[in-house]
Amino acid sequence: MAWTVWSGYYAVQSYLLQHEQEYFAIRTAAGLLDVSPLCKYRVHGPDSTAFLSRVMVRDIVRLPVGRVAYTCWCDHNGHVIGDGTVLRQQETTYLVTSTDPSYAWFCRHQRGLAVQVNDVTDDLAALALQGPVSREVLLDAGAREIEKLAYYHAVRTSLAGKSIWVSRTGYTGDLGYEIWIPVEHALTVWDALVVSGENYALRPAGLSALDMCRVEAGLLLQHVDYHNALHALVNSRKSTPFELGLGWMVNLDRAPFIGQAALHGLVQPDVKLVGLDIDWSETEALYRQCGLPPALPTRAWRTSVPVYRDRARRRQIGYATSGTWSPVLKKNIALATVMTQHAAGQAQIELTVEHVRHAVTARIVPHRFFNPPRKTAHF
Amino acid sequence: MPMYRDKYDVIVVGGGHNGLVCAAYLARAGRRVLVLERRPVLGGAAVSEEPLPGFTFSVASYVVSLFRPRIIRELELARHGYHVIPMDCAFQPLHDGHGLARWTDSDRTRREIARYNRRDAETYPEFSRAMTCMGQFAAQIINRPAPTSLTWRHLRTMRDLGRLVLGLDRRDQDLLLKLVTLSAADFLDQWFESEVLKGPLAASGIIGTFRGVRSPGTAYVLLHHYMGEIDGAFRSWGFSQGGTGGVSLACARAARQFGTEIRTESPVASILIQTGKARGVVLESGEEITADAIVSNLDPRHTLVGLVGAQHLPDEVITQLGRYKYRGSSGKVNLALDGLPSMTCRPGIGAHLRGDIAIAPDVDYLERAFDEAKYGAFSRHPFINVVIPSLTDPSVAPPGKHVMSCFVQYAPYALKEGPENWNCQRDAFGDAVLAVLEEYMPGLKDRVLFRQVLTPLDLEREFGLTEGNIFHGELGLEQLLFQRPAWGLADYRTPIRNLWLCGSGTHPGGGIMGASGELAAKTMLNTSPK
Repeated sequence: MAWTVWSGYYAVQSYLLQHEQEYFAIRTAAGLLDVSPLCKYRVHGPDSTAFLSRVMVRDIVRLPVGRVAYTCWCDHNGHVIGDGTVLRQQETTYLVTSTDPSYAWFCRHQRGLAVQVNDVTDDLAALALQGPVSREVLLDAGAREIEKLAYYHAVRTSLAGKSIWVSRTGYTGDLGYEIWIPVEHALTVWDALVVSGENYALRPAGLSALDMCRVEAGLLLQHVDYHNALHALVNSRKSTPFELGLGWMVNLDRAPFIGQAALHGLVQPDVKLVGLDIDWSETEALYRQCGLPPALPTRAWRTSVPVYRDRARRRQIGYATSGTWSPVLKKNIALATVMTQHAAGQAQIELTVEHVRHAVTARIVPHRFFNPPRKTAHF
Repeated sequence: MPMYRDKYDVIVVGGGHNGLVCAAYLARAGRRVLVLERRPVLGGAAVSEEPLPGFTFSVASYVVSLFRPRIIRELELARHGYHVIPMDCAFQPLHDGHGLARWTDSDRTRREIARYNRRDAETYPEFSRAMTCMGQFAAQIINRPAPTSLTWRHLRTMRDLGRLVLGLDRRDQDLLLKLVTLSAADFLDQWFESEVLKGPLAASGIIGTFRGVRSPGTAYVLLHHYMGEIDGAFRSWGFSQGGTGGVSLACARAARQFGTEIRTESPVASILIQTGKARGVVLESGEEITADAIVSNLDPRHTLVGLVGAQHLPDEVITQLGRYKYRGSSGKVNLALDGLPSMTCRPGIGAHLRGDIAIAPDVDYLERAFDEAKYGAFSRHPFINVVIPSLTDPSVAPPGKHVMSCFVQYAPYALKEGPENWNCQRDAFGDAVLAVLEEYMPGLKDRVLFRQVLTPLDLEREFGLTEGNIFHGELGLEQLLFQRPAWGLADYRTPIRNLWLCGSGTHPGGGIMGASGELAAKTMLNTSPK
């Protein structure tokens, strides 16, 4: 088992020494991940809807009870501070998740509103059950209420006698569920899922496997693909929702929300997030010149890699922030930020082979590389 | 053709770290340099001594952060033994609860602060970002001489500084204004709620000044402590191997390698002035040494009034020097221990003891400490900054034994009975400090093998620090930049030709920074290239 650190908690990098089997479990059966270090907030009170609509980019007023919304939130200059999900549990009770701690930011904007924000990160455990058979595992374990649960819907149910919330969400781009459990029942629920998963080739999975899946799904990771505007030392490290491909969630005509005024002027971004499909035969050829078989990165990577317009690497048009070899797509893929005027066709991405830098062609594609119908299927 | 050639081009009076840096730069440029140090050891206030065999004390200054990386590079100080180990923790013990430890690991720090206030825990990284940004900005100012004239060079500096200010975004410009005008307490109130966090943060705003945390101008001193960097990490503090004297010795080795001659136990009695020009120095032994230029590492008043003499100076300068605020406000208690103390709030020998330990439980505590000092008494419950360097650098104490350095504020130079009365109050002062520490670390007193108490009077006598001010004059905005030490006395020059200043009483000021020495040398070399 390999450990890493996530938001100040120890988290499992991989349960096995190699994470490959964990990745394949998620894509062909089911993976069970402990995602408890995710920051979690309970927002409740008569004005909670108004409050969240003001803080979040998405219009939470229109979110029905039992539904989940993926959203980001911005500072007053329209720069993204964080992203996460909002689950409307009751008329005036919400569960909000985020990568970076956001409690202080939320509290700063509750003035004058009858709303309470509680940090429940330590009180609520979170498990992600992801993969094609995740629904069967959950049903077998006794969570009957999820049978017809639709994509981005949530329901209260019970498992192993413990009351839990299940949302059909996840960070893998696959069919999957996230399970929200009072921390004292977390181990019971974990054990029940592992037992019911024995018939379905379920495996506990760590963050290495998750990272590959989320790049395939084109999902952003804070601190890697973008930075929290509140912690950025320079403006060039800040991003707008439009630059991150999150423009679809911005409604500039609705009731005011934080950053809305500034976002009016930022609708046409200079840079945007794209997917890169890195040419395999060119990569192979470069290795062959050195007398080597092509070396695949065994893990998803998250270092900044320059992206050029030309093979000679004279004109840089952007940078890739994370990437992976996708075993299901059989493609070498990356998420990149490139200048809008060059965000179509193809680009050149830097590749170092045997200590020498080269460039290989990368097709610019939509960044949702992996998007199977089962993810959103109705049951 | 001159009939007489001096043996030396430059005499540096005082072998503090700034004097040694200055000497090294001058010698590197080919000048024949002599450094004269009164004491038997080099380093001035950045000095390591062994008052008890086996125990090395950083007698006066005790941590390093501000030392300019450019000097380390240009003088190749790493080769000469400059070795600073960064601290991992800043700890604030409390009588109840766990106390608050701030670590280099930001997640760990967030969880520590969240015990007291969740909002503050998350605001802290934003505060750190802002201070890093301001520290980077301020570092630009301390990296070059302050503009003092309308010459092209200075106009260019002013233009660059103006651009820097304009380059900050509106929020950071506002922050800068707040930093130079507010008190440390008011500034921190704009960010945080919890006292246990504001206490130790505010304490950096009063160090070396005779002001309280609620006195305007102290926010700047707070910033001054954020300008430091170690290995590129801003605002980190560290221990010098072998005590802070290690930094001075590295500077001395570099200076010697460039050909500087260094004489210890050579107190200078006066500076020789002939027809308005400095011609040399007279040692207390009566020996006269001449040189083309004299640079003083001593503070401005000590240099000009003490060594030059008022008769050689315009009245206005004397008046200005009289107004320059020293007002030493701190003392030092150094302890040799036969074992480690244990904190009531976090027992055992943990990593929280390895860094910087502050006794500043809340803002009121600090302000109350100042209340007593205002009227000429030392604080019975002072701000104490404790470090135990032997936990990081085993070379400073015998195995199993430890050294503990306690910086204590307030200990006003001007006691109401007069500074001389420190001779009667020294022991009471030391006892008061130990009594406060004993509250947090019971049993500490019994572990003390040896105790060294330095009052502001001792700092003045032993280290030549006028009125015991550790920075050669307060870091108030009114005596910084082109006003340090006074308008017309900046730019390292004095009214006496060929007499220069290179101590902390010049821009950019105190702390083991070396910048005053470096910039003085560079200014001299620019003025009279060989």
